[in-house]
Amino acid sequence: MNVLTDNFSTFGDGFLGTVELTVYASVLALVLGFLMASFRVAPVGSLRVFGTVWVTVLRNTPLTLLFFAVLLGLPRFGLVLPFKVFAVLALGCYTSAFICEALRSGINTVPRGQGEAARSLGMSFGQSLGLVVLPQAFRSVIPPVGSTLIALAKNSAIAGAFSVTELLGTYRTLSELGYNIVWTFVWIALGYLIITLAISALFNALERKWGVAR
Amino acid sequence: MTTANALYDVPGPKTRKRHRLYGIASTVVILGLLAWILYLLFDTDQFTYTKWMPFEYKGIQELLLRGLGNTLKAFGLAAVLSLALGTLLAVGRLSDHRPVRWLSTLLVEFFRAMPVLVMIFFIFVALKVQPLPALVAGLTLYNGSVLAEVFRSGVNSVERGQREAAFALGMRKTQVMSYVLVPQAVRAMLPAIISQLVVALKDTSLGYLITYEEFLHAGKLIASNLDYDLPFIPVVMVISPIYIGMCMLLSWFAGWVSRREQRSPKTEAVDVAPAEPGMLLPRVQ
Repeated sequence: MNVLTDNFSTFGDGFLGTVELTVYASVLALVLGFLMASFRVAPVGSLRVFGTVWVTVLRNTPLTLLFFAVLLGLPRFGLVLPFKVFAVLALGCYTSAFICEALRSGINTVPRGQGEAARSLGMSFGQSLGLVVLPQAFRSVIPPVGSTLIALAKNSAIAGAFSVTELLGTYRTLSELGYNIVWTFVWIALGYLIITLAISALFNALERKWGVAR
Repeated sequence: MTTANALYDVPGPKTRKRHRLYGIASTVVILGLLAWILYLLFDTDQFTYTKWMPFEYKGIQELLLRGLGNTLKAFGLAAVLSLALGTLLAVGRLSDHRPVRWLSTLLVEFFRAMPVLVMIFFIFVALKVQPLPALVAGLTLYNGSVLAEVFRSGVNSVERGQREAAFALGMRKTQVMSYVLVPQAVRAMLPAIISQLVVALKDTSLGYLITYEEFLHAGKLIASNLDYDLPFIPVVMVISPIYIGMCMLLSWFAGWVSRREQRSPKTEAVDVAPAEPGMLLPRVQ
């Protein structure tokens, strides 16, 4: 039991590390995912191909391989950044493929008549996009984006194994100090549960506020 | 084509010309990006003979093949076991007995909410299990719970009339399940099941982190060899196409099954799940 009370700062550092990784990687994934989704629905062929290749490759890449390639591979090109930045890069790019697909299927749920009606009312492209299509797409996109971000928080554990300060990594320090390993893992598990439940509570709130009435 | 969604109108001649212009510009940018990456690869001497030499050796080729074999072994074991566990948990969740239902719900929700790596590390470090059983056990617990949800939602997605008609014919619950609901549910959920197996295949690479001698581990051994001038990028360039290719093949198979089942007259009473790898994620309430 005293594993937690004795090592509160270690656990705290790990917990904050995981939160930090999750937040930064989520922002990157959302931005990249939005960009790729707009590429995939663009009327320009080469952008569509680029988006499709990005999504297909990243969705079928094992995340460990991506971490391996980014954390140990990019420094060979003379790009030296802190490991944390590399981890955010790998996690963000990987998750962006899933976000892109969630956003794209959200856009596809908007009936074509909505866009046609907006255009026949004389709205410009920006107006029909911003006032008609995206608000409706946003509603149906909340749950899948939420579960993708929960998966991201869980995937961030891999960063700990590549020696980024993070919740799972705390077990190494504590087992060296001779603490009970089972209890250490119980607290680690609890930490992850707190993070995933917080994300799911956030998205449930969003869903209640803006989600599609079912 | 582009008019499949609500965003754009059918382009007129002027717009088509503009789009062609955008197309040329973006192609140039993308090709420039690729050229820049290629230049970086050459500039940092990634294509020198010393770095690619190791792949000519029999021993190294065998090391890689053994790694690949170990990856496939872990995947095969995890796939079979998680299908079995998934079936068991799904049966538990659909049980008529409340304690059984509660217990299986608890197990499914817990194992889906935990990061799979935390479970693997727990089994490997705290229970002091060998790498292969630890990896297989972790993957089985996670994917088994997800598959249980897939099976359950499959059974529940069969049209209500099917179940009612079967009960009206005087079938028992076991008969209703095994003759009527499960065959249709499995057909409908096959794409989602295969997509979950893609996730299992991808996650076998987590074995690298607990020193299981799988494909990535073999690559790491070669990459950290000073004799070959640390051929890190060549190793990544060799192993990632194989890894990604395997997963893509399985994903493509899921998509093919999905399209096939959608046409099949045997799935009329149920919605066929789309082949979405990794998208059947926990909707923790």
